[in-house]
Parts: sequence; structure tokens; C-alpha cells
Amino acid sequence: MIEETPRWRRVVDALVRSILPVVLALVVAGLIMLAMGSNPIDFYAGVWKYGLTGNNWQDSLRLMAPLMIIALGLIVAFRGQLWNLGYNGTYLLGSVVAAGFGPVLYPVMPGWIVTAILIVGAILIGAIWSILPAVLKARFGTNEIITSLVMSFIAIGVVNLLIKGPMHDPNPKVTAPQTATIPKADLLPVLDSTRVHIGVVIAIVLALVAQFVLSRTSFGVRLDVFGSSPKAAQHVGISRSWMIVLLFCMSGALIALAGSIDVLGNVTYQRANWNPAYGDAVMPFVFLARLSPLAAIPLVAFYSVFANGGINAARSVGLNSDFLLVVVGLILVFMTITEFVGAKRRLGQSYLPPGMRQTVLGLVQRRGTARRAKA
Amino acid sequence: MSSTVAAPGVISLREITKAFPGVVANDRISLDIVSGQVHCLLGENGAGKSTLISILAGIQQPDSGAIEVDGTPTPINSPKAAVDLGIGVVHQHSTLVPSFTVLENLMLGETGLMLGEKRARERLEELADLLGARIDPQALAGDLGLGQQQQVEIAKAMWKGSRLLILDEPTSMLTPQAIEKLAESVAQIKAQGLAVVFITHKLREAYQMGDCVTILRGGRNVGHIGVDQLATFTEAQAQSAILAAMFGEDISTAGAAELAGATEARREVDDLELGTKPIRLELHGVSTRGHGHDVDIQDVSLSVHEGEILGVAGIDGHGQSALAEVIAGQRPAAFGTIRFDGQAITRLGVRGRQQLGLRYVTDDRLHEGTVGGMSVAMNLVLKRIGQAPFWRFGQINRKAVNVEADRLIQEYEIKTPSSATRAGTLSGGNIQKVLLARELTHGARLVVVNKPTYGLDLKTVQHVREILTGFAAEGGSVLLLSTDLDELVELSHRIAVISGGEIVGIVPNDGRGTAERVGQLMTGAIEGTR
Repeated sequence: MIEETPRWRRVVDALVRSILPVVLALVVAGLIMLAMGSNPIDFYAGVWKYGLTGNNWQDSLRLMAPLMIIALGLIVAFRGQLWNLGYNGTYLLGSVVAAGFGPVLYPVMPGWIVTAILIVGAILIGAIWSILPAVLKARFGTNEIITSLVMSFIAIGVVNLLIKGPMHDPNPKVTAPQTATIPKADLLPVLDSTRVHIGVVIAIVLALVAQFVLSRTSFGVRLDVFGSSPKAAQHVGISRSWMIVLLFCMSGALIALAGSIDVLGNVTYQRANWNPAYGDAVMPFVFLARLSPLAAIPLVAFYSVFANGGINAARSVGLNSDFLLVVVGLILVFMTITEFVGAKRRLGQSYLPPGMRQTVLGLVQRRGTARRAKA
Repeated sequence: MSSTVAAPGVISLREITKAFPGVVANDRISLDIVSGQVHCLLGENGAGKSTLISILAGIQQPDSGAIEVDGTPTPINSPKAAVDLGIGVVHQHSTLVPSFTVLENLMLGETGLMLGEKRARERLEELADLLGARIDPQALAGDLGLGQQQQVEIAKAMWKGSRLLILDEPTSMLTPQAIEKLAESVAQIKAQGLAVVFITHKLREAYQMGDCVTILRGGRNVGHIGVDQLATFTEAQAQSAILAAMFGEDISTAGAAELAGATEARREVDDLELGTKPIRLELHGVSTRGHGHDVDIQDVSLSVHEGEILGVAGIDGHGQSALAEVIAGQRPAAFGTIRFDGQAITRLGVRGRQQLGLRYVTDDRLHEGTVGGMSVAMNLVLKRIGQAPFWRFGQINRKAVNVEADRLIQEYEIKTPSSATRAGTLSGGNIQKVLLARELTHGARLVVVNKPTYGLDLKTVQHVREILTGFAAEGGSVLLLSTDLDELVELSHRIAVISGGEIVGIVPNDGRGTAERVGQLMTGAIEGTR
């Protein structure tokens, strides 16, 4: 008979699988720091200090807004087993819409209309840019990992061209390749007496909406059926092509939205060759959250604090801020190992490949009998 | 490279035990495989036959127990070790690369640096003589008929000089004519002094081909009929001895003998005056175009009446899935029209046809029919996503879903710990019941079923067949696609034969000899095209 795992057991399991890789990665990163001659305790204390204390938590939250929305964009695509890796290009397209048109439009129109136009514009560009990989996948079965990645490279190039060309700051004194700055008065409103802008609230609300849509509506079930097995989806009467295009557009739209909100709330202008690559950093946390928007909130919040505090903390112990990406990479490695061990344990299998166990045991036994024979 | 080993060699399994989570697949099984004999291994699905073969082939390792070859304990730690011992396996499903030639397929296992094509050719000739088969070394494996493919598989298994040949359900895909051919080959191999293990779940074949019989049930060796004993038995005696072992105290279960393929299949459904019944489903000149590697259907015309079970016989992969999917609406018809209760539905999608009462039980139960990671309850309403009362204003109503699920679980006797259990953890038989429950409920008028009993245990097979005949008796129509000729003969009113994507004939199922006529149509059509 089939044994049901009790509910508490599953909850504990999920928690362990989400948190253990992070803990292990932090420990190993500490050892690497020791080897490099820095004090890991100082570093982690610095993360706490620069990430949370004083007014620093506000900066962490400002960083969280784009990260959270990008995470949602990835979740939507990944749930349908569509590996949209074009996030960097899509993000920059969204941000350049705000940074390029914002300074031109704000002086001539009421602020809230411009903000609405910029956000809707970014969403549309993000969706349209994602249509091509989606259609290629739906129509010809092209691998979307490659097409979305290539579309991302093209987008990054186009964004740089725009900033160096038509969107360059008209002020002749500015020689650096960058757009004009959006006036402070026109930026997204902040929550009273803090520097936390309303984009953070938008991100959290979007995550809650996404959680509801994915877990309680018929669209969520259809998406899960499609993600589990495209064959089953077809059997149930879900159009594969339509689903691919829809999910890609939603994913692209969300990621571009993150870009526009980051510029309108935080960055205020855009330089050429600027690419924060938020998607790369947020990817492991999306998987640690098991593609659940709700579970992604604390994990993304954790990374926001870690990244925000980590930059100064790394500097204070004499490390390059690129060290943060080492930690992200370690999380991915330990996540894979935890998953492997967990899956093996659930199946009640040995961790060794089949046959090896017997061979090893056989060697030991044979040596034992030989010794006994000698004696 | 010698093809035979000095007889009489014995491969003995001693107390082999292998457990998987939740099930003991092999429980202290002991048996001897003697060279120059055909050892039949009988048992229904799930009895532990496949696990035992995997252990012999070095794919699985036993938890305890030993294998002795000619009296010496010999662990078989890897498939390579099995090949070196001369153990060759012909698996149930083809393992040939369709785009390679026969010769290339046979040379896949070569380990040398250069391909010795000349040597390989000689070896193939040797084996072809042994098997009494004519095999063209340059033919593409994909172009061969299934019977011939199987001969190539046997040659492949014996390539490195076999001493034991294991045939895993070799007859399940073959026409009656091809089965005879296989029996001849097996006899030849036996005459060469090789041991053969012949796995089947059909009694008739065990009696006809086997020298001795071992019966497995629930992972245990529950009966053995030795060579001398089997020789003295009449067919009827052998049957009752085997049946007693196979079913134990369940022997009284009606129809057990028939299910075990002991007797010749007879029609079981009541007569139906087709002329008096209205046509429910009508296909007129339907063709499909391009869909990966599947065979498309060409110009198919057929009709299914109210209350009728129309069987569609054919060798696997001859357009059955295209036919089923074009009717279900999962792939478009390039030409032709489909009418349902007189209404043209050619342009209607899957969901539209579902709501009209046209249902489809797919043969790919695990990946197409169900979503393994979702609950049984969700799988039971999978085709009604977004519909009231299960979804209201786009939001799921879990209570309504669970009520419906519990009703269906009870009605169709689905064995599951609860409706929240993940569907993927159920047994094959219960997954099939989930599919049938989902498709036959809520106003079903016609159901297309593809291989409905394939891979199920005998009790579930009987249950599934009762569900289908019951549905037809109440006025529902069934289009039954199957590769099991006995099943078609037992259940259908008429049997259409599909070959290469075309319907090559329709045989009314009246009285004896239907199977032979269907078999003739199947082989005739194949010989004609090859």
C-alpha cells in the first residue's frame, strides 16, 4: 500500500531543502574567505550592519523591488517549463523606456500620466520582445534557451546604441554615455519619511496576486498541467502554442516592468554598458522557493539584504564585491546536492551507483576470506 | 566465437530477493535454467518477472541471494558481465535504432576499435541459419515488420555467443502467423543446446513452447512443473495445475482461465442489430498530416453505432494514435469530415467535443492521461478545468472537487489512500480506473479507448472490460483500439483492421474464426506493402 508522508514531515522537508543550501553556502564561503585571508565573522557582521541597521534596511527594500518582480517573471515561465533566459536584455529594455522617455515627457505632461505611459510602455516592449522566441518555440520547436539568450544580447546592444545615440542626455556638458536624469519630484512616491518607494509595495502585491492566480484559479491549474506534461495539456484541450506565447509574454512583461520601476524609483538615469544582471542573482532563489511566489518573498528579501549589505561588507574586509556572486554560485551547487540526496532518500535508494556497492563489498569480503585462509 | 556452450550447463538462481520501496518484487525465488530446455516463466503483471530478468541481465542487483553458473557462484554486476556470460535478453519493446541498418544495429555492441564488417556479416549468416530466418543485413531496421525486427533482436541477443536467451513477452505484439514463426525459431535454438527463458502471461503459449514451467505470483515462486511432469500432462491438466498456482484460492473467479489466455477467445457481448441503431460517430475520408514520427492515417472512413463496440485491430504503431487523436480533436484532420450524432465536429477542439460527450482514454496513461504530480481529485476533474461547479468566478471550489472525486472513487472502486494522494503513486490499474471514471462520467456518449488493458493485472483487466461492456449495454458507443486480438474478439461487435494508417477491412465478429480472418488482413496488408 502507498504510504502518505505526514503533512508536518513535508513542511519540514521543504524548509530544510530551501534553507540548508543557503546555510551550507554561507559556511563554505566563510572557509573560502579564511583561505583568502579575510575574516568571515567580520564580513557577516558587516552584512548585518550595512544591510539592516540604521536606514540601511530601506536601501535593501529598494533593491528588493526589481528583484522580486524579476523573480515573478521567471516563476511564470519556469512553471510552464519554459526556460526564458532573456531576462537581462528584457530588464534593460524596460529600464531604458523609463530612462529614455522619462526626461523628455515629464516636462510636458502631468507626472502621473507620464509614469503610467512609461510603465505600460515598458510592459509592452518586454512582452513584444519575448514573442519571437515564443513563436519560434511554438511553431518550430526551437530551443528557447538559445533564442531568448540571443534576443537578450540583441536587446543589450540596442539599449546601448539608444543611450549613446538618440537618448543621450541633451545637456552638452555631459560627455559620458548616459541618459538625462529624471527630476526627483517625478520619481515614484515614497512611503512617508523613508526612502522606500511605492515600487516595493507593487512588487509585494504582485507576488500575492501571482500566488493567488497560480494556486487557486483555473489558469493556475492549466499552467501546472502544461508545465508537468505538454502532452497531458494537449489531451485536456489546452493549446500548446497559445500557452507558450502567453507565458513568454507575461514573463517578458514582468521583467521589463521591473526595469522601469527600478529606474523610476531608484536609479533615475541609465548609463550605457550598465547591466546589473539581477536575473542571474535571483535565479537560485526562484528554484529554492520551488517556483512559489509566496515562498520567494522571504528568500528574495534575504538576498536583497545580503547583496545590499554585502557590497560594503566585502569592501570592509578587503574583498571584491564580486565575491557575492561566488556565494550565489555556491547556493546553486548545494541546492543541487541537497535535491539529489533528498530524491535518493525519498526513493530509498543507495547513494552509490548500482553495482558499485556490491563490487566494493565483494572486494572487502574477498580480502577478509583470504586473510582468514592465510591464518 | 562459438555459438554454443557444452551442455548440460545450468544457471541457478538461489533465494533471489529484491525489494523496492513498498513492494517486494522478488521474494526468495529459486529456479534452475538448464541448457537445451525452454523454461517458461508465467505470471501476471506485477508478479516479479521483469525484476528477475533485470537481475539476470545485470541491470539490477539482488538484495540477497546468489546466482550460480555451472555450480560456481557468479555475481552479475553489470550488463557487460551478463553479456560475457552469454546471457542475451530480447526485451518486450524494440531496442533497435530504426534509422540504422540491420548490420549496424547488430554491431552496436562491438568493442574493438575498427568495425569488423566482414566478420559481422558471417556471424549474421550463421545466426540466420540457426534461426531459420532470412535477414537482409542492409535493410533499415525501421523498415522491417515487427516479426522480422524480433528475429533481428534475437540475433542481437545471441551475437556474442549466447548460452541463455531470455525472451520477454515476445508474442505480445505479433500476429498469430508470426507467433508460429517464432515458435519454430525457439525450437531451433533449443536444438542447438541453448537455454531459453520464455516469459508470457498466456497459458496456451507456455504449454505449447515450454519444456518446464515456473509460475510467479506476488514476487514468489508459487509453482513449478518439471520437464517429466509436463510431458505426461494433457493440455487440460497442465492448465488446471498452472491456473491453481497462478490464482491460488481465487481460482473460482469467473473467467480467470479465459483471461490467462488458456482457451480460445469467444465473443462475450450480446448481439446488436446495427441496422436499427442510429450512427453515433462517422468518419468520412479522414486523413492527417505530419506529426513527428507517428504514422498518419489515410482516407479513413468508418462509423460507430449507438451501443456498439467497434474494435480496431492492428500492430502497434500503425496509425492507432493518429486515429484516436483525430477523433478526440487533439490533432487536426487535413482532409475529410467527422460527424457526431449527425453534427459536423471536424473543426471543434478537444474541449468542445468533450462537452458533446465524445471522450478519449489514451494509452499513455502516465504522461498524457494523468498529471502524476497532481492529486487524484484534480486528475478526476482535469477535463473540466474552469467549469462550474468546480470553479466559480475563476476560483477553485475545492469542496465541490472533492465531493465529485469521492463519488467517482467509490463508483469505479479506485484504490487510493485519499483523493488528495498524488496520482503518480497509484498502481497502473488504478490510474486506468481514474481515466475511465473521468471520461465516462457527466454525459459520455462515445468513448475512444486505446489499449485499455495493456499492462494491467488480470482482475483489473476484467474490471475494465466490464466497465466498457456495461457502458455499451446502456447505449454508449465504444471505439476500442487494441493490439490484443483475444480482447477484440471478446468485446467487439465488429473489428476493423488498421495497417499503415489505412483501414484495410472490417470483419463482423460472428462465431469462430474471426481472429484468423483479422490476422490474415493484418499480415496480408503488411506483405502487400513490403
